[in-house]
Amino acid sequence: MIGQLIVEGLAIGACYGLFAIAFVIIYKTSDVINFAQGEMAMVSTFVAYHILTFYQYPFWLSFILTMVFAVLLGIVVEFAFLRPAKEPSVLGLIVITLGAEMFLMGLAGWKWGAEQKAFHFPMSFQVTHEPIKGVIINDWAIGVFVTTAILMVVLYLFFKYTRLGVAMKATQQNKNAAKIMGIRVERVFSFAWGLSSLLGAVAAMFFAARATLDPNFMMEPFLRAFAAAVLGGLMSIPGVVIGGGLFGLIENFFGYMWPEWKPIVAFLVIIIVLCIRPSGLFAKHYVKKV
Amino acid sequence: MDMKREYYEDIELFSSGVVLFWSAAFLVFLFTLPLWSESYYIYLLNLIMVHVILAVGLNILVGYTGQISLGHAGFFAIGAYATVFLMSYFHIPFLIALPVAGLIAAFFGFLLGLPALRLEGPYLAIATLGFGLAIMHIIGRWDIFGGRMGLHAPALDLGIPQAGFSIILDSDIKMYYLILVTTILMVVGAINLMKTRIGRAFVAIRDSDIAAEVMGVNLTIYKTLAFAVSAFYAGVAGGLFGFVLGFFDPFTFNLILSIIFLVMVVVGGLGSILGPIMGATLITYLQYDFLKNISEAPYIGDLLVAFSRKWLTVVGLENLGSIILGLIMITIIIFEPLGMFGIWIRIKKYWKAWPF
Repeated sequence: MIGQLIVEGLAIGACYGLFAIAFVIIYKTSDVINFAQGEMAMVSTFVAYHILTFYQYPFWLSFILTMVFAVLLGIVVEFAFLRPAKEPSVLGLIVITLGAEMFLMGLAGWKWGAEQKAFHFPMSFQVTHEPIKGVIINDWAIGVFVTTAILMVVLYLFFKYTRLGVAMKATQQNKNAAKIMGIRVERVFSFAWGLSSLLGAVAAMFFAARATLDPNFMMEPFLRAFAAAVLGGLMSIPGVVIGGGLFGLIENFFGYMWPEWKPIVAFLVIIIVLCIRPSGLFAKHYVKKV
Repeated sequence: MDMKREYYEDIELFSSGVVLFWSAAFLVFLFTLPLWSESYYIYLLNLIMVHVILAVGLNILVGYTGQISLGHAGFFAIGAYATVFLMSYFHIPFLIALPVAGLIAAFFGFLLGLPALRLEGPYLAIATLGFGLAIMHIIGRWDIFGGRMGLHAPALDLGIPQAGFSIILDSDIKMYYLILVTTILMVVGAINLMKTRIGRAFVAIRDSDIAAEVMGVNLTIYKTLAFAVSAFYAGVAGGLFGFVLGFFDPFTFNLILSIIFLVMVVVGGLGSILGPIMGATLITYLQYDFLKNISEAPYIGDLLVAFSRKWLTVVGLENLGSIILGLIMITIIIFEPLGMFGIWIRIKKYWKAWPF
């Protein structure tokens, strides 16, 4: 029983971690918490659903088309909504991303309606394996583990060793200095939003396969992924993934003990972590500049 | 713009005779409105005034103290549920139950203010967002609050039913006067609060909390106080909201509602009293009247239905409201960060300097 809880907790936690990477990338580059992240991913998943159901393309082709769409969506949102704002305050940025969230949610509701839809995903819950006696693992969980692990390593290396990755870090630390050093800050932002939207879309497809697809389905995962990100530290990609796993475990065990209070775990974790260690478990301490 | 020569001029409720005259005229207009207005508009006005109370309270927190809250739907829900609960289970008269519900909400605001001492910016936004969602879930779990099925508000009785003395407000018009008086009291209270030592401490925290602390403002007290005051306003507004609607369930108080509250304040203009009033009026009107019935609007209604039929879905047309609100939020931050209050100030300046 315990083993089963651990495996399931880690699987959903990896999914939270994957989604959390998406807004960590934006936060790392431009200091914006993207409240529209969930809805950007939701719209991308709906596009995948649309291609799969109406055009009946095979999954791999719809997946590629959706990824292209997700990248474009991220770039467009950044270009149309965030770039025109001249030196916005923190509240201003939050309101802009919330506005983008409302906009995208309305758009999806207008196009696809509010009823719940089933999303057909090749890695299903039905195909199960039993590597150790008593611990059942399904294809979906294996898919999540593999995807998250690969993406985490690739992104970690990307931020550490490539020119563009270093440029993104430099942009976050000081936008003007980065500009003087010859970094095209606008392009860095576009790239960050595109990449983040893509990762979010991948995570949202896993979430949609787990639950059903409707315009609100990413709201709860968003808050939980944020709790995972806070737990791991908002600035570090491996930290966020480990935080995701930890949070998945906490939530699953808590849900096993007190099933009816499961939805408030995310809130409790956010509050407790932010009060005790605001920088998260795996990030350097955050010092406020006066 | 206006020259203040002494302190007492600064703390006056009406800065000049002109303002006093127009305020009085506006009040007379509001009090006589039900005599010649349709009943439907009275219902809409009730909703608007409830949201004005809430927006003015939220503005104390967001606009004056500089703390972000995405959890005000939670306080709103606490107010609504507490009022109905106190009235139907403990048989407390409405006139006592409403302020008590406000105080209960204020207590929760105080509790949320404690972690807020260590958080700022986006972190605070997320923490309060989690608070709002948690409150929604907790209320939905408790059968005593009607659970997911929702709750019917009892008859609104201004008297003391146990003593055999009751004034039952059973129509929108009767409720209108109650809500109007409450709104005026709350708004005047907010105007005056901002002119006291407490209000100035709030503004100092907004401008720089470190500088405020150095000047002797106790951050612990004043930040939690700002949350408590703001939650009190939300609680009172929620208590009235329950009776205006007559029926509510936990999902009435979802995250979108919190976002809409924030929009009211931001669209109206942060850091003013007039701003949130204008913002709440505009957004409530758009949300409950214009956008709700957009398919019946002249000219654009048919066009939108035809457009939906061709490209999108007609059932989803109601989501247009969400799209418009989202666009309003984005454009107001990009083009007019001061909101409607900023536009009002510019118009005033223009006419003061006219014809130059």
